[in-house]
Amino acid sequence: MSEDTQAAMQHGERKEAAHPSPLTYVAVAMTLAVITAIEVGIFYITGLGHAIIPVLVILSAGKFALVAMFYMHLRYDARLFSAFFAGGLALAAALVFALMWLSGFF
Amino acid sequence: MATAAHGGEHEATTTGLNHRKMLMWAFLGSDCMFFGSLIATYLVYKGKSKGGPQPIDVFDIPVTSVSTFVLLMSSMSMVLAYSALTRGSLKGFRIWIASTAIMGMTFLAFQVFEFNDFVNYEVHFKCEEVGTGSLTEFEESFSDRCVDGVDEVDGIHDSEGNNLTGLTPKTNLFGTTFFTLTGFHGAHVTLGVIWLLSIFFYSFRRGRVTPERHLDVDLAALYWHFVDVVWIVIFTVVYLFGVFEGF
Repeated sequence: MSEDTQAAMQHGERKEAAHPSPLTYVAVAMTLAVITAIEVGIFYITGLGHAIIPVLVILSAGKFALVAMFYMHLRYDARLFSAFFAGGLALAAALVFALMWLSGFF
Repeated sequence: MATAAHGGEHEATTTGLNHRKMLMWAFLGSDCMFFGSLIATYLVYKGKSKGGPQPIDVFDIPVTSVSTFVLLMSSMSMVLAYSALTRGSLKGFRIWIASTAIMGMTFLAFQVFEFNDFVNYEVHFKCEEVGTGSLTEFEESFSDRCVDGVDEVDGIHDSEGNNLTGLTPKTNLFGTTFFTLTGFHGAHVTLGVIWLLSIFFYSFRRGRVTPERHLDVDLAALYWHFVDVVWIVIFTVVYLFGVFEGF
């Protein structure tokens, strides 16, 4: 085994050990619940008009990021895992916008 | 040579990362594209249905908010199960993973309830509401039922008593795209519940689920959290945007 590989593995072990405490997980869950409550609350505020769309997108993206970073441990794990997931997400987003554009949605 | 890194024993790899975990992330990345195409199809056909109920007719946001909350909390219990295992608490692990599976089943029960509700959706309105703007477009399409002597429309049925206003995958484009998207997500959740229950029962066999072999649980957890993040997107794009008239 090369020294680089050994170093990478030790790095990985260190990152595993750096996973957050159960209290952090509970705090993240409470944040997710609050954001969901805000989403539903904002949804019933009729005065916002079209401004509701970016607001809901931002809140949803925030929830997505929290789960991915803390619960899926992307914040603590190797960057290559993040690259795999982000790559898939980027392709999926491109697919969504391409289909919507081709179908005259915009 | 086997070494411990990123979750228990694994072979030496050029990246130093566990290839099982790498494969799971590659799968999740590809599953993003799968759900991306289904979400895009839903959006492309949104508002293009000819006839049949629309999202504003059938969606019940408070109910879906509760099921969303249940799924979010199941992600928390899943990560706590993983945390308990890595700390060597097998009892805590079993409690949390069983809780996760139960919450997953609760979410599925909500989905079954919702699908059943949609399939049996019936139009109810008072004739005095016609033309006031309080009815949906679909409800207004039955305003011709309000003839002299009729005060309210209470369901539309054929001569054999079958409901004619239910939403099924065959009813319209909304029904097709909605049931396909949420149905596939439900199938993912079902698979996840089976996976979690398998690990739960497996943990009663001595030495099968241990802190040293936590990668098996880590992979199931990654899958479960992925199902959760997909629902976060579906809840906003399909449900909240679905009922919002301006989108």
